[in-house]
Formats: sequence, C-alpha cells, structure tokens
Amino acid sequence: MTNVDLARWQFGFTSVNHFLFVPVTIGLAFLTALLQTAWHRSRKDEYLRLTRFFGTLLVINVAIGVVTGLVQEFQFGMNWSAYSRLVGNIFGAPLAMEGLAAFFLESTFLGLWLFGWDKLPRRVHLGTIWAVCLGTILSAAFILAANSWMQHPVGYTLNQAHQPQLTDIWALFTNPVFVWGYAKVLFASLVTGAAVMLAVSAWQLRHGGDAGVFTRSARLALIVLVPAILFAMLVGDELGVIEARYQPMKIAAAEAQWTTCQPCSFSLFQIGGGNNDQTPTQIIAIPHLLSLLATNHWNGKVIGLNPLQAQYSRQFGPGYYVPNVFIQYWSMRVMAYLGGLVFLLGVWGLWLVRRRTLATSRLFLWVAVWASVLPFAMNTAGWLLTESGRQPWIIQGIMLTKNAVSPSVSTADVAISLGAFVVLYGVLGVVDLLLMLKYAREQLPPPRAESDADRPVPAVQY
Amino acid sequence: MIPFWFILITILWIGFFVLEGFDFGVGMLHSAVGRDDTGRRAAINTIGPLWDGNEVWLIVAAAAIFAAFPGWYATMFSAFYLAVVLLLAALIVRGVSFEYRGKRDAPRWRRTWDSLMTLGSLLAPFLIGVTLGDLLYGLPINASQQYTGSFWGLLQPFGVVTGIAFVSICLLHGATFLALKTTGDLRDRARWLARVFAPATGLIVVIWISWTHVIAGHGTLLNPIELATWIAAIAAVWLVFSRAGGWAFAATTVTMAVSVLAIFVDLYPRVMVSSTSSAFSLTVHNTASGHYSLTVMTVVAVVLLPFVLAYQSWTYYVFRRRVGRQDFTGRSPAATARSSPAWNDGRNTGEGSAEPRTDTQRS
Repeated sequence: MTNVDLARWQFGFTSVNHFLFVPVTIGLAFLTALLQTAWHRSRKDEYLRLTRFFGTLLVINVAIGVVTGLVQEFQFGMNWSAYSRLVGNIFGAPLAMEGLAAFFLESTFLGLWLFGWDKLPRRVHLGTIWAVCLGTILSAAFILAANSWMQHPVGYTLNQAHQPQLTDIWALFTNPVFVWGYAKVLFASLVTGAAVMLAVSAWQLRHGGDAGVFTRSARLALIVLVPAILFAMLVGDELGVIEARYQPMKIAAAEAQWTTCQPCSFSLFQIGGGNNDQTPTQIIAIPHLLSLLATNHWNGKVIGLNPLQAQYSRQFGPGYYVPNVFIQYWSMRVMAYLGGLVFLLGVWGLWLVRRRTLATSRLFLWVAVWASVLPFAMNTAGWLLTESGRQPWIIQGIMLTKNAVSPSVSTADVAISLGAFVVLYGVLGVVDLLLMLKYAREQLPPPRAESDADRPVPAVQY
Repeated sequence: MIPFWFILITILWIGFFVLEGFDFGVGMLHSAVGRDDTGRRAAINTIGPLWDGNEVWLIVAAAAIFAAFPGWYATMFSAFYLAVVLLLAALIVRGVSFEYRGKRDAPRWRRTWDSLMTLGSLLAPFLIGVTLGDLLYGLPINASQQYTGSFWGLLQPFGVVTGIAFVSICLLHGATFLALKTTGDLRDRARWLARVFAPATGLIVVIWISWTHVIAGHGTLLNPIELATWIAAIAAVWLVFSRAGGWAFAATTVTMAVSVLAIFVDLYPRVMVSSTSSAFSLTVHNTASGHYSLTVMTVVAVVLLPFVLAYQSWTYYVFRRRVGRQDFTGRSPAATARSSPAWNDGRNTGEGSAEPRTDTQRS
C-alpha cells in the first residue's frame, strides 16, 4: 500500500460514513419541519408528539453528521495538500461559502429549535426548524458544487504556471453536473429520510405503538417517498447522460463496454468482468437500453473503454486511464435495482393506504422495517459510482489523484490516522445505531392534557 | 484584498476562541462545578444551545484559509497531520458527548461521556494553541513550502506554552461564564474556581506574551496588542476577585481576544514562519488565491457575516436566563430528551414558572 492508496481508503471510508448520516439529516429535517407545520396549522396533538419523536432521531443523527463533517473539512489539507494548493482558489470558495451560509444557519438554529420550545413564540419556533432544513439543503448545494467541479471543471483559466484560476463563480453553480447531481442528492436524501420514518412507523405499528398516530407518519413518509424515488431515478438517468458527455470513461466502465457500440444493449448481470477480463459472460442483455441511458437516443453511440484509453494516452501522455470496471459495473446496478425495489415498496404502501389497511398489513410492515437499509446501500453505491468512476483523475483532465497527495505526510502517518478513524467511526457508528434503535422503539410522548394545550411545550435539555 | 482576508481570518479565529473558549472551559469544568449528576447537567445546559454554533467558527476559519490562502491551508494541515487527527478525535468525542450523555439512564454511561467531554475539551484548545504557537515560532519548512520535520518536532517549548496558555484562558473564561449563567451552589463553585485559576492564568499569559514578544516582536517595547494582552490578563485577575459577574466575564473575553490577536499581528505578513530559512516562510502573498477568488469571497463574506452575527447574538439573547438545579429536578436527561413522562410537567421549565428567575443582567 502506498501513501496514495491509504489516503484514498481514508477519504473513501470517512466520506462514505459521513454520507450515511447526511441524507438522514436532510430528509428528516424536512419531514420534521413538515410535521411541526402540520401541528402549527391543525393544532392536533399527535403532530406535536410525532415532531418530538422524530426530532429526537434527527438530533442523534445530526450530532454524528456534524462531527464527521469536521473531518471532511480538514482532510483536503491533511492528505491532499498538493491538490489543495493547486485548486484551493476554486475549490475552497464553495467550501467557505458553505460554512458561512449553511453551517452557521444549521447549527445555530438547531440549538434554538431544541432548547427554544418554551422560549420562542410558536410561529418563530416553527421558523427555526425550517431554518435548520434550509441550512442542510444549502450545505449540500455548496459541497456538491465543489465536487462537481472535480468531475467537470468549469469557470477557470490556466495561468502561465499551468495552475487553474477561478474566473467565473457562477459557472460552478450552473455546471450541468452540479445541477443534476444536486437534484439527485436532494431526492436521494428525501428517500432516505422517508424510508427511515416509514421503517420506524412500521415497527411501531407492528409492536403496539399508537396506531392512529403512526399511521399518519407512515402515510406522510410514503407520500414523500414515492415521488422522491421516482424523481431520483429520472434525474439519475439524466445525470448519466451528462456524465457520459464529460466523463465517458465513467459510463463505459459502468457497462463494462470495452469496444465502441451503436446501438448498445444493457446487461442485467454478468459473470466475471473487471479490468483484466474484457469478455465477461453477460446475462440478459436488453437491446438499446444503454444507448438510451447514456445518450437519450434509441441508437446512441457509446465509445468503448479501449478506444477511450487510446485517446487519453494520446491526449494526456502514457498512463492507464480506465477506472475500476468491477466497482463501476456493480455499483451502478446495485443503485438502480435497489431503487426499483424501493419504488415498488412505496407503491405497495400507497395502495394499502388507499385501501386503509396499512396499519394491519403485517407483511408490509415487516418488509418496510428492513427496507430502510436499502437507501443507505443505494447512496453508498451512488458515491462509489461517481467517485471511483472519476479515477485516475482527482480533477477530470487536470490533475491525477496520485499527484495530489501531501508530500510531507508519510505512509505510516496515514496508516495511523486511518486506523484511528476506523476505530473511532466504528465505535461511534455502533453507539449511534443503538441509540437510534432505542429511541425508535420508545413510546410516543403521551398526549397533553386539554388544559395544557396553550402552555408552552417544554424544551429539550441535555 | 489580501490584507482584508488576513484580517477576516483573524476575526474568525478570535470569534472561535472567544465563543468556543468558554465551551471548552465548561466542558473541562462541568464535573468540578456540578459535583453530582444534576449539577453537571445544569452546567452542560448553560452551553447546550450554543456550543454547536460556536464550533462552526473553527470550520469557517479553516475554510476561509483554504479559499483565501490555499498554500497556507495545504502546508499547515499536512504539517500538523497527526496533531490534527488528535484534534479531530477530541472534537468528535466531545461533540457527541453533549448529545449522547443524557440519552441513556445509566450512571456509568454518563460518567464515561463526562470524562470524554472533559478530555476532549482539554485536548482541543491545547492542540490548537500549540499549532498557533508553532506558526509564529517557526517550523522546518523548505523552499517548496513543505514541512520537513516529524510529529515530535511540533512540540516545541514555545508551542507547548502557547497551548498551556490557551487552555488556562479557556478554563478561566469557562469559570467566569458559568458564574454568570448558573445559580446557587453552582455559581458559588464557579466563582471560587475562577479565583483559583485567575492568578495562575494571569501569570502564564504574561509569561507567554512576553516570550511572544521576544520571538516575534520588534524592539524592546511591547507593541500595543501585546501590551493590551498584558493589561487584559492582569485586569482579568483583578476583576475576578473584585467584581465577579459580568465584568469578570468581559475581562476574560478581552484577554482571549487580544491573545489571539497578538499572535496574528505578530505573524503578519507571514502566516507560517520557516525555521529553515526566513526566505522560505509562508506569507499572505506567496500563499494567496487569485484576485477574482478573493473578490468573490469578499462579497460573500460582507453580505453573510452580518446575518450570522445578528442571529447568533439573538440566540444568546434568547438563552440569556441563568440555569440552575431547579430546572432539572426529578427529570432524567433521557426522559427530557423524549420529554415523555414529565410531559405535563412542562411548567417546570416554562415561562410560567413559579420560581423566581435570576437574569444575567444581575451582578
């Protein structure tokens, strides 16, 4: 293992972990804000009880999302100092904006929301949860603008020393990779938050929780889940077309397409494959589907990995420019297939809602509990597809990953830090999971007495 | 534009240390001030709604260095590699301990998180202090802006003393904050602790700032900021003993602010001193971003920072009330987290409370 390999493992490990918590936060913040708004409008006590119940789960998640985010913020300088030095003037800008515009908003208003129940007027207090929600959504925008720049660099010129210099900040936010990628992340976050809310409600309904109340939250989750997963898949499809335009290697590798094809079929499965096996056994090839996915045209042409490799070698000098084909092929399929399953689950649930048998359909409730792991697997697969597919570049066409590491940090240093992060994240991940399970299985707060309806709701305390 | 960004980054660091400084202090002192579980809860809840927003100042300070002075960011974070790993571990453990300590009703669970909170709150300001001290004292940095030393090379005497100075100020700052934000025996103990820490803290700060002058100052006379640090430290000691309350807290705030300011003033225009050769030192000029980037970021900062200051100040106003034991009696933290059994007990902490509340304005 070289310094580069270890640094990549560390970044991958910490990022994937961070992104287990982030979509839950974005999704649950929005859903909790919806619940509190429902309480604010209807004054129905069950919405308040649900707000408090899911708010607790939100907070457990935010805590670990925030602290793992700290690592992300520092790691660019720690492990990727050559990269930071070269493009900090571009990449650092959205990160600084994220801190100023989003982190301050999210953190400050989360404190106000939690501790301010009995101190703020109800309308203002409702505003604080929406401010938290806005903070999470803005935060995702800035970090994705930064990430999209690595996938498809825009808005810069090279100076005499061949260093990219920012010339147009708007280009970062109108970058098509950003626009579609951001939409995709938002929908995926809604899917994740809704799946968690659905799973918790389903567990409660199966185990004697208040059926009247948890049917409401299950219904809300389903109403958000079905359009969100549908849009996530549609947006993901368009994102594929855009990436095929700017990062053809990524899409060709996702189909393990070594030779150029037109029209191109899509294989459901394959046996074998990978960078050393160019002739895997493809099982059930659907004609024209890859052409459609990659180009939006029935007979679209997809350039194969071998011709791309030859073209890149001419353009950028000798080297191996093909990403890990195995990861690309399977992460794309895991994401798509699990997305389909989540969609089917959602439709099933809505059908039960329509028939008013949701709360009593024990099979659905059992499936819904376990289905909550699917969005996490999808999110992880999605990031693997995006980030591993960018390799060997750290910035597409500008800088190779192997040239981006910190020259002054030794392999031993990275090994120590990677070990430390694995242990720390492992312990915290277990603690977080246990706490989530504990609080997901708690009873709802009991209804408030009639006479208390106009009293301030007690604040949360540590 | 380049000096403006250096000033802005200085302000962000001052904001971080002034605000998170008392959070670190409270984190270190909550067991000593709280004594029993209810007391500790009360101590932690003085910063409950605030600490997370305060910590963002650190993130933004780091991100601002990244955007405005990428060379500085790259060299600093890679040079302090293992120290930053330790710092992250401390901040992570401390951050989740606030959220998680009350989420289970078991004494051992809570004691574990309490110890981790204390440890993390001690380690974090120490490590950041060492880092700031090293920036000024100088590290082996070569012509291509790379650190050439080892992890142990970071623990230079001046860096360590800077770390100790910042931990001391955080302790005193936390004690004066707790004295201002608590009632009853908590307040008495916080005041007592402030008096215990004050003389030592004053002495350490005076020694440290004098050493700072020897390392980085010009001439024999202290520059105005160094002098202000001197005076503030002594004034803080005096005010802790004579006035307590708001004046003492104001004095520790000023001490913290000018201490950070002194480092940055003595640094400028350098940002990391090279002990290999003064020609290799990182400066605002040889690490800065392009003009366009800085202009964009200036617009963003000028538009957003006033909003941030406004809503953070408002938060402090909303949570101005003192916290005391009576706010927690009979309600386990796990119970209030989900607020179920004592749901109708809401009047206990509500506005309609029968208990008279002491306002922070008092004293």
